Amino acid sequence: MSAAGRLAERSHEENWLPILELAIQEVFEIMLGCQVKPVAPSEHKTNAEFTAMVGLAGALCGILTVRCDANTARLIATHMLGDAAGSEEQAADALGEICNMITGNFKNKLAGTDEQCMLSVPSIISGGEYTFRSLADGVSIETALLYEGASIFVRLQLHS
Amino acid sequence: MDKIRALIVDDSSVMRKIVERSLRQAGIELEKVVEAANGAEGLAALQSNLVDLILCDINMPVMDGLEFVRQVATVETAKGVPIVMITTEGSESHVVQALSAGARGYIRKPFTPDQVKEHVLPLLGKKP
Repeated sequence: MSAAGRLAERSHEENWLPILELAIQEVFEIMLGCQVKPVAPSEHKTNAEFTAMVGLAGALCGILTVRCDANTARLIATHMLGDAAGSEEQAADALGEICNMITGNFKNKLAGTDEQCMLSVPSIISGGEYTFRSLADGVSIETALLYEGASIFVRLQLHS
Repeated sequence: MDKIRALIVDDSSVMRKIVERSLRQAGIELEKVVEAANGAEGLAALQSNLVDLILCDINMPVMDGLEFVRQVATVETAKGVPIVMITTEGSESHVVQALSAGARGYIRKPFTPDQVKEHVLPLLGKKP
C-alpha cells in the first residue's frame, strides 16, 4: 500500500472510531437500557461463540461484525426481551439485530454516506473456529466494549 | 382506547417482540398481534387477518418493506390501514420512498417506546 493509502487508512480510523463507538453506545443505551464502555481490544479476550455480520454496499463497501461469547449474547437477548429470552436462537437473533442497528446508526452518522449505502440483512455464525479473510485491501477499525463485565468486539472492515 | 389488531413485519423475532412491547408501553391495548418475518408473509397474513395498524421493517429477505407497503395498497381489506416503518435505514431517500409508497410514519432504530407512542398514537386518532 502507498504512503498516501496508509495515511488515508489512518485518517479513517482516527475519524471513524469515535463515531463507531458512539453508534454502539447509543444502541446499547436505547435498546438495552445500559451503558457500555470502550476498552483496549488488546487487553481483552473473548470466546467468540457468536459472530453477527451486516454487509455494506455502495459508498461504503464492507462488513461490520459483532463478536461475543454465548453467555453475553444470551444476556443481550434477556435485556432486550426481559423474561421472554432464553433460547440460543433468540440470543443469535438479538445479536444480529444489535449488529444491524449499530451498522445503520453508524452509517446514518456519516454525512453524505447514508443516502448511497445499502445494508444487508444480518447473518450469524455460531462457533469461534473460523478465520475471516477479506479478499480486498481496505481499512479495519476495531473496538472492544465492556458490557456487564464481558467483552464485546465490534469490527468494521471496509474495502478500498 | 379500543383494543387494536396489529401486524408486525420484521425478520427478527426479537425485534417483533420489542415492537409489540413498545406498543403496550405506549398504552395501546392489543386485541391481537399477527407476526410476519418478511413482506411476502405479511401480505399472506393480510389475506386472513383484519388489522388496524401495520409496523414494518425495510431490510428483509424475500420481500423488503418498501415493496410490501406498495403491495398493501392492492389488498382491499387493508386499504387505509396506517403503516409505520421501523428500520435502521435512516436516509432521507428511504423516508421519501416509504412515505411515497404509502407509509404514514417512520421510526429509526434504535428507538424508544416514547418514539413509538409519538408516531403511532396520532395515527390511531389519539394524542401522544
